Amino acid sequence: MIALIDYGAGNLASVRKALRAIGAEVFEPAGADGLGRASAIVLPGVGHFGSTAALDAAWRSAIRGRLEAGVPFLGICLGMQWLFEGSDEAPGTPGLGCLPGRVVRLPDRTDAGDRVKVPHAGWNTARAIPGTGSGRGMPGLEDGAYYYFTHAYAAPVTGAAAAVTVYGAPFASAVRCANICGVQFHPEKSGAAGLAVLRAFIEGARS
Amino acid sequence: MTSATSTFARRLIACLDVRAGRVVKGVNFEGLRDAGDPAALAARYDAEGIDELVVLDVTATIEDRLALARTVSAVAANVFIPLAVGGGIRTVDDAARVIEAGADKVGLNTAALGDPALISRIAGRFGSQAVVVAIDAKRDGGRFTVCSHAGRTPAGWEAVAWAREAESRGAGEILLTSIDADGTLRGFDCALTAAVSDAVGIPVIASGGAGAAAHFVEVFTAGRADAALAATIFHDDTCRVRAVKDALRRHGLPVRL
Repeated sequence: MIALIDYGAGNLASVRKALRAIGAEVFEPAGADGLGRASAIVLPGVGHFGSTAALDAAWRSAIRGRLEAGVPFLGICLGMQWLFEGSDEAPGTPGLGCLPGRVVRLPDRTDAGDRVKVPHAGWNTARAIPGTGSGRGMPGLEDGAYYYFTHAYAAPVTGAAAAVTVYGAPFASAVRCANICGVQFHPEKSGAAGLAVLRAFIEGARS
Repeated sequence: MTSATSTFARRLIACLDVRAGRVVKGVNFEGLRDAGDPAALAARYDAEGIDELVVLDVTATIEDRLALARTVSAVAANVFIPLAVGGGIRTVDDAARVIEAGADKVGLNTAALGDPALISRIAGRFGSQAVVVAIDAKRDGGRFTVCSHAGRTPAGWEAVAWAREAESRGAGEILLTSIDADGTLRGFDCALTAAVSDAVGIPVIASGGAGAAAHFVEVFTAGRADAALAATIFHDDTCRVRAVKDALRRHGLPVRL
C-alpha cells in the first residue's frame, strides 16, 4: 500500500487518480502514525513552500524513520523541494534536509540576457544523469522526454541530481539518493512519459 | 526564452466550450452549435499530442449554472495532462469544487473583473499556478478593451492594464481571447497578444482566430505567445494537432512530440 500524504498543498486528487490508473493501491494516512503500514510513500504538492509547514514534527519524525528504514519515497514538485534544507520562497520554513542544498528562485534572464518568464509553466525536457553505482538515476525517466512543470523555485544540481532541465539556468528536475526519489515535474500530468515514472516507482516498491 | 539551447515547448491547448454536458462552438461568441462529447474529444486530443486542455462552461455566467463538476470528472478520468476549467467560478468554494473534480487550474473572467481580490484568494489557497485569468478583449480604435459576461459588457479596463493587475494579484497565467478574431479562422490577433505578453512576466495563452497551422507560427513569433489555444479547427479536423506541431518545429520552435 502506497501512502499518499495529504498536507493540504494542492493536487492530491490528480496524483491519486494517476497512481490508481497504473494499478497502485493507495491510502491517505490520517496522521503520521499511519505511515507504519506503508510499503512506499508519495509526497505530492504544488504551490508555496510555506505550506510544507503543515508537515509538523510528528510527520517529519515519522517520514525520517521510514526513509532510514529504506521505504521507497517519491516527492513530487514541492514534495521534492521539501527534501532539501529549505527554500528562499519561505526562509522560515525548514525542509527535511535529507538532501544538502537550498531551493532558489528561477532566474528571469538567461546568461545571454534573454528574458525568461517565471513561473516555468509548461513542457520541458529532462536530461537523465545515468546511474553510477547504487542509487543514482531515476527509474522510468526517459532521457530527453518531455515532462510538465509548473514552479517558480527549483533545486540546485548537486550530487543527488538524477536529471537536469534548463530553464534560464540548469536545475535538478529529478533527484535520487538510495530509496529517496524526487521529481520537480508532475508525473501525474505528463502523459505517458509521466505515468512511466510512477509505474517504475511502484514496481520498485514491490520488489 | 530565445536561447538556441532551450527545449521549452510552445504549448498547444484545445478548448472544449461546454454547455449542458456537450461541446459547442460559435462564431464571435454567438450562434452555438453541437461539436461532441467532452470526454471523448479530450481523449482524442490527448492521443494526438495536445499539451493541455481547457473546459469552459460557456453559459455559466449568463444562466448562473455550475453543473460542471460531472463534465470535469469525465474529462479528467483518463487524461493525464493539465486541465483548466472556467465558467462561472465566483468563489474559493467554486474553485475547490472543480479542482476536487480533477481540474489543475481554474479560469476566472467576469468574477475577477467584479472582485479582483478573488484572484488573490484563490491563489492563496491553491497557488498561483492554479489561477488562469481569462481576458476577452475587443479592438476599440488603437486600444484593446476588456469585456465581461462572455464578451458582451465593456468592463472598464484596457487589456494590458488588466493583465498587469491580474499578475500583481497572483494570477499564474493569462488566457487572452480576441473577441474580434474568435471563430473567424483568419488568424490570432498578434498585436494584442504581443502587447500583453511583453507587459507581464507570466505566460500568455493566445486564443481566438486559429484557422491554419501558419497562424500558430505567427502567434508564437510575432505574437510572442507562450501557448496557443484553439477549438474549431481541432473539432472540425481542419487541422490536426500533429500538423500544427510539425509546422512549429519547421520554424525552429520547440514542441513536445
